[in-house]
Amino acid sequence: MARMKFLCDVERCIECHACVTACKNEHEVPWGVNRRRVIVMDDGQPGEKAISVACMHCSDAPCAAVCPVDCFYQTADGIVLHDKDLCIGCGYCFYACPFGAPQYPQQTAFGVRGKMDKCTFCAGGPEEPHSEAELTKYGTNRIAEGKLPLCAEMCATKALLAGDGDVIANIYRKRVMRRGGRPQSWGWQAAYGQNV
Amino acid sequence: MTFSDKTVAKRRWRAMLYSLLAIIALAMILPSLGYVAAWAQSGPMVIGYESRDSNPRADMWRDARQSVAGTTDQSGPYTTNVLINNSGEIWREIRSGREGVPSPLKRFGGWIMLLSLAAIAVFFAVFGRNKIEGGREGLTVPRWTMYERVLHWFVAITFIVLGITGLSLLFGRTVLIPVLGARGFAAYAQVAMTVHNFVGPAFGVALVLMIISWLGVNIPKRVDLEWLKTFGGYFGGGHAPSEKLNGGEKLWYWIGVVGLGLAVVITGFILDFPNFGQDRATMALAHVIHAGAAMFWIALFFGHAYMGTLGTEGALEGMTTGRVDTAWAKQHHNLWYAQLLEQGVKPMPAEPPRGGPPPSAKSVTGSST
Repeated sequence: MARMKFLCDVERCIECHACVTACKNEHEVPWGVNRRRVIVMDDGQPGEKAISVACMHCSDAPCAAVCPVDCFYQTADGIVLHDKDLCIGCGYCFYACPFGAPQYPQQTAFGVRGKMDKCTFCAGGPEEPHSEAELTKYGTNRIAEGKLPLCAEMCATKALLAGDGDVIANIYRKRVMRRGGRPQSWGWQAAYGQNV
Repeated sequence: MTFSDKTVAKRRWRAMLYSLLAIIALAMILPSLGYVAAWAQSGPMVIGYESRDSNPRADMWRDARQSVAGTTDQSGPYTTNVLINNSGEIWREIRSGREGVPSPLKRFGGWIMLLSLAAIAVFFAVFGRNKIEGGREGLTVPRWTMYERVLHWFVAITFIVLGITGLSLLFGRTVLIPVLGARGFAAYAQVAMTVHNFVGPAFGVALVLMIISWLGVNIPKRVDLEWLKTFGGYFGGGHAPSEKLNGGEKLWYWIGVVGLGLAVVITGFILDFPNFGQDRATMALAHVIHAGAAMFWIALFFGHAYMGTLGTEGALEGMTTGRVDTAWAKQHHNLWYAQLLEQGVKPMPAEPPRGGPPPSAKSVTGSST
């Protein structure tokens, strides 16, 4: 069975934000909610790097661990999904997530946030695949169509890789061997454990 | 003339020589003054390998791992510019633990509440109810005003509501999901969280009013120390002197209401109003203090509730009717009772059972003489 992972090849990311736009458009994510974002480290300084980041679909997901209503589940492919019918919008997953993935439509007084929204690895949610309910709550389900996440598909420089962890790690390893330099499988240790 | 000419020429030549030497010397020294300035600014200069900056790429990855913020063009209330937020991992371990490592928050909080209940049960089984010695005298003196009682019961009822809803969010996943099912518990948790978030601020305001109202009667005095030394006579060993509030009640006020109460209220506001832009680390820390202090407070509250109802005969009516029996007042708050009499407060007969005539001023004087 595949273990789905994201990998951002930082030497290739040119900060074009196509992944962000593709995600927003594909899933019709509302304003202020960003399932994926590009963070630039040392902007304008030596060593500047742009990194595309979303939910990393962790092995021992902190969001799932702290959820008071236990609304998270992991698919057989390792994709971390959640049930918006159970979510109470407490904000705990946002405190716990290392990658800042959980998003909410509101941020108002008395802790009113609305249901949490995050990257689904384009795998929808617990609703019937391709149903209206799934589309409105979680966005499209490309995984059910046999396709990979759109952000990675759209990436012009193929910096963002999505798919089976072994396969994308192999692609990345070959690149590093060809171009030299040190590998940097960004965020993998935090997401998938010390042995990755 | 020739002599003087000679000396003038010699002098000129010497002056030229010295100025040349001075120019050469200064030409070498002056540029190096820059080193002195640099040394004065940043200490002795180390030339060579060590003065090089560290690798920018390595620095960048270290920053990424250590929660150093970058910049992002995406905007939204929950969109952060931090790649890896390490405070979240720490918070997760404290609140929920991980496989094989139980949560310290749940374990500490759960045990302290259970131990408090167990200690009260043992105390009740061994010592029983603290009865009014020699029975009631049938006369009452005023203890708490209507304002104080309303405030007390408002705080008490909201405390219980907040306690139940708050504990449901912390322990519900373990305790209530097996009972209610995932869907049933989620529906309840949604209501519980909303109630908790909206009742909380009202509780906070009432708590602050209560702290201010009862500050005067809670000033610690030497007599309270004596009360605490004998545990108020609760374990036998005679009665300890006490003012309107005894040493134990003052401890409950300062540790429970003021200390833990303010901690819970302040952290509660930080959590309840995310619209002020506080970051995740602040809110995670506030959550740990909020839940930890609240559970410790609940453990103390069990003691307070026991003392006020089952534990001490004649105590509850002070907070319900506002008046207490004189026998109770003499037994538990002798200094306060003496002070009341000094102030000219006259004990009145206890309210007759419902339907009877209300006590009038005449009947009071009649019974006390």
